[in-house]
Amino acid sequence: MEEKDIAIQITGLKKRYRLGTIGGGTLRGDLQSWWARVRHKEDPNSKIGSKVYGKNETFMALDGIDLTVYKGERVGIIGHNGAGKSTLLKLLSRVTGPTEGEIKLDGRISSMLEVGTGFNGELTGRENVYLNGAILGMTKAEIDSKIDKIIEFSECAQFIDTPVKRYSSGMYVKLAFAVASHLDSEILIMDEVLAVGDVAFQKKCLEKMSQVSQDEGRTILYVSHNMNTIRQLCNRCIVMDHGKIVFNGDVSEGIDRYLGNKMVAQNAIVFHKDHKNKFIKNPDFIFESLEMKSRLNVPVYTCGEKMEMVVTYRCKKAIENMAFSMVFYFYDQSPVSMTTSERFNIEQTEQGKLVFSVDISHFAPGKYTMDLCSYEASDFADTKFHDMIVKNVINFEVTESPKFNFGRGWNHSLWGHIVSEKLEVGKMDEREDRSSAE
Amino acid sequence: MEKKWTAEIKPKKKVFELNLKETFKYRDLIWLFVTRDFKTRYKQTILGPAWFIIQPLMASVIHTLVFGNIAGLSTDGVPQFLFYLAGSITWGLFSGALTATSNTFVANAGVFGKVYFPRLTTPIATAITQMFNFFIQFGIFGVCALVFFFLPNENFTVTWVAALTPVLIIQLALLGLGFGIIISSLTTKYRDLQVLVGFGVQLWMYVTPVVYSSNTIGNGGLYTATMINPVSPIVELFKYGWLGAGSTPWLYWGISWATTFAVLFLGIVIFNKIEKNFMDTV
Repeated sequence: MEEKDIAIQITGLKKRYRLGTIGGGTLRGDLQSWWARVRHKEDPNSKIGSKVYGKNETFMALDGIDLTVYKGERVGIIGHNGAGKSTLLKLLSRVTGPTEGEIKLDGRISSMLEVGTGFNGELTGRENVYLNGAILGMTKAEIDSKIDKIIEFSECAQFIDTPVKRYSSGMYVKLAFAVASHLDSEILIMDEVLAVGDVAFQKKCLEKMSQVSQDEGRTILYVSHNMNTIRQLCNRCIVMDHGKIVFNGDVSEGIDRYLGNKMVAQNAIVFHKDHKNKFIKNPDFIFESLEMKSRLNVPVYTCGEKMEMVVTYRCKKAIENMAFSMVFYFYDQSPVSMTTSERFNIEQTEQGKLVFSVDISHFAPGKYTMDLCSYEASDFADTKFHDMIVKNVINFEVTESPKFNFGRGWNHSLWGHIVSEKLEVGKMDEREDRSSAE
Repeated sequence: MEKKWTAEIKPKKKVFELNLKETFKYRDLIWLFVTRDFKTRYKQTILGPAWFIIQPLMASVIHTLVFGNIAGLSTDGVPQFLFYLAGSITWGLFSGALTATSNTFVANAGVFGKVYFPRLTTPIATAITQMFNFFIQFGIFGVCALVFFFLPNENFTVTWVAALTPVLIIQLALLGLGFGIIISSLTTKYRDLQVLVGFGVQLWMYVTPVVYSSNTIGNGGLYTATMINPVSPIVELFKYGWLGAGSTPWLYWGISWATTFAVLFLGIVIFNKIEKNFMDTV
């Protein structure tokens, strides 16, 4: 078995922060509080008559992280705000210490939690390259040998002997990134540093990063909210949530997991007894369960197929003018299309079944989800909603078929989610002939 | 097989894990900090680096007026202006190193919060900057001394003790650094210490023979009390060396060195303990 070389090993890492203000802020305040505690009196510095939020409560920014990163890996870390991504990077870059657990590193580590750390506006670009480089851990000799490459990469050669306070923000960032990307360290830690700079420079940076990783076997940890850069740069993805790692593996899978967090495609779904109903407290009509009718036992349809489903419901009293609607969404939650049913009358029943059949034959290959809504239609626009299954519960997938085959795949961000009818091309004279024949 | 790690990050640091080796590795950074401080301090000012010189000169003029002429304190027969200039540049080195290093964490919170490098580099660089300031001021002192040397009716003697000047300067910087980093470690939590530093240093000057000669306070308990102050023997020796004024408190100088090392060691230990998690409290 081939054993890969470990670059970073994290075991049981925790970081706890205390909520509320830390101490009294002054020595006198702390001594007062301490003296009060000693005498078992009430703390004179605590607020009177109000519940103090978070006094001595703690918050786990990181709650038990175990992670192994191998050399040469490019790991993307994604997660919602407050998931603990930045805290993890801070601990890795030794800006602050962990509460529990430990991190073992093999190789020099350099972090870019911010571009241009330590830049001084009064100094020239060249002087700042030296200063910033030294802060990031380079020696003067190392910078001497790289200064030309750095200046060239930064595209700031013309302004290199001008104080950086006169720089545009773009130039500032370019220069800072140029320094950071020429570091010799084996492990690079970056926090959204590519968010700035123009598109061309961003591309250049990404290329540089993949190049140093592939050619020189460097390890990269990258935090971003930009899924595109994660997709381009990384070959492993970690999804964090509430201080824990909830996914660790393939990049596209991780991104899917992050974007459509709750999306699980199942054929048969029993709706939760008290599934949220925003519209009516006590509806007469309630969806109970649903079963997708597809060829396989998973809700996967090939492009051009119709979707059929059997819905089980409960109805407390007969309803007239009942109708249903469906709103379809792509898995990134962008809406795709909507459809409504005819009106009909429905009888009171403990368990009724309806068959829904909907034409999704024009949906492009990809993952989808939908809203399912039941309502009492009226001609006076006072629609009464009954029950609704909100999106991310009923999910399905559409795959390519021989008829709808798009070579390298359907690009949803460029072409939307609907495949139009086959483009028909005929010769000009034939058409003319036909129309003249009519 | 045990794998060899370059670094291990653990919650608690040992008390005496000082990382001085690592700090030494970053000596280029220390040097760059020093040059940065020099280059940027007097950017966009009218007088520029001349401020280095003007400050002690003005202080000496005022001291001459207030302490020499109005209060009539004795300067052991040495030209008053030179006496006060020698006092204020040596005291300036100590107080400068102390005040400048005492806000290390607060002033550098932005950089410290984003990137790791041995934090001790910043106060060391600050102390070195203060030493360079002193050299410039010492040059001015030399020029003034030459002028007074050729003036009639003004006499002072340079003794062999003057050869100790480099040692004295280094000691002053180390002492200032030691006290400064202790205070800087404490100010991460208690900001009011910064206020204390401001007037504390001013008061401290008066228990140091800066504006008066140690001969005026006799040889009793007051003298002992003054000389226990680790800065006093250094200032005293400097003045004795270059002007022949005051005394040569060798014993107290020895105690002063012991204090210097103790303070510096304590400072580095506290600093190391604080630096790890200071971002959470600063």
